Amino acid sequence: MLIELAGVTHRYGERTVLADVTLSADDRRIGVIGANGSGKSTFARLLDALVVPSSGTVRIDGLDTARDARAIRRRVGFCFTDPDAQIVMPTVAEDVAFGLRRLKLTKSEVHQRVAAALERAGLGDHPDHPAHLLSGGQKQLLALTSVLVTEPDLLVLDEPTTLLDLRNTRRVAGVVAELPQQVVLVTHDVELLDGFDRVLVFDQARLVADGPPAEAVTFYRHLMAREPAP
Amino acid sequence: MIGSYDFGLYVPGDSVLHRAPAGGKLLGLLLVGAALIWLDRPWQVGLCLVVVFAGYLLGGLGWRTPIRQVRPLWLLLAVTAGLHLVLGEWQRALVVTGTILVLVLLAALVTLTTRTTALVDVVVAAARPLGRIGVDPDRVGLIVALGIRCVPVVLSLAGDVRDAQRARGLTTSPRAFAVPLVVRALRHADSLGEALVARGADD
Repeated sequence: MLIELAGVTHRYGERTVLADVTLSADDRRIGVIGANGSGKSTFARLLDALVVPSSGTVRIDGLDTARDARAIRRRVGFCFTDPDAQIVMPTVAEDVAFGLRRLKLTKSEVHQRVAAALERAGLGDHPDHPAHLLSGGQKQLLALTSVLVTEPDLLVLDEPTTLLDLRNTRRVAGVVAELPQQVVLVTHDVELLDGFDRVLVFDQARLVADGPPAEAVTFYRHLMAREPAP
Repeated sequence: MIGSYDFGLYVPGDSVLHRAPAGGKLLGLLLVGAALIWLDRPWQVGLCLVVVFAGYLLGGLGWRTPIRQVRPLWLLLAVTAGLHLVLGEWQRALVVTGTILVLVLLAALVTLTTRTTALVDVVVAAARPLGRIGVDPDRVGLIVALGIRCVPVVLSLAGDVRDAQRARGLTTSPRAFAVPLVVRALRHADSLGEALVARGADD
């Protein structure tokens, strides 16, 4: 899907969290890095029309997020940092089935799709377990599965591994690496960006670098060390 | 993977109660709940408690499960009983606290043996006529599901706040407990609202 931002600025009250961002991207794997408060999470939310810019336009495959929010959300999946905030149903299978409500499938179709999705995620043995009693890694896998079961064309992940240990980080990264979908991954963990096509670096509300992972990550490291970029 | 099933959340099973239709169980809960107002003797309440406990055994839930369901209520029950005892109504104390126990245990028995989606389907069907006055039945069902889901979330938040209180030596301050709990609960509600939108709840 073609992601287009034209002169996008976003403010929360007096605070500008994104300033004049212009971008066009249809790469299969796009990474987004930057310091805390740099604007990267707001950028991610713009792509799912969870945030509408204060000025400028955001288009996803030609659809304007200010006018076509629902149509965009049917094609864009969003995974949050904290899975507890994203899991809305009490048990594992019920939560995965929740996202399918809008597709108006029959009960047997829902059951089949949920079972297949849980199997792929390695949660197939626990469909009736209370979601709140899963481990942190399992919760994030459940959150991811609940999004993937709707088969979005574009998946936006906002720091999905921040709360996870190394083993679960690798597990989630493995799932993401196998996805056929286009992925936008916001992260502090630059190792996750191996094999990505393009990386965006945000700093103080601005898009300050945009390029292949190696160059962008080097730029980011220099930026964080407060040294001038090469 | 799972430590225990708590807080009235569905426990998988194949008992008679698990197989009973969700609508019948909810209707039964409603009728029995309404009928409890006629209880005025301790032995009547005691009999009801025995029957409800038997229901837990019938549902394959064991005898510890009902105790876990009512454990968070001990303060409410103690205050209620204490009030009646101060007024010299020991029989009334038994009847009122016993009735609360029966109601909570019955409601938990329904949710422990019924999938949330089945409960939501019944609620949505029951709310369908309200569509004529502008009520969205699916929204009503979603509210019920979120209510059930949020019980463990809020309890977990309360546990975190209590731990933070202890770590800072503020164990006796109600304000030091209530303020951060409310702030965290509101923050969670905010995030949950955003997630619901992202997951198409408004479609």
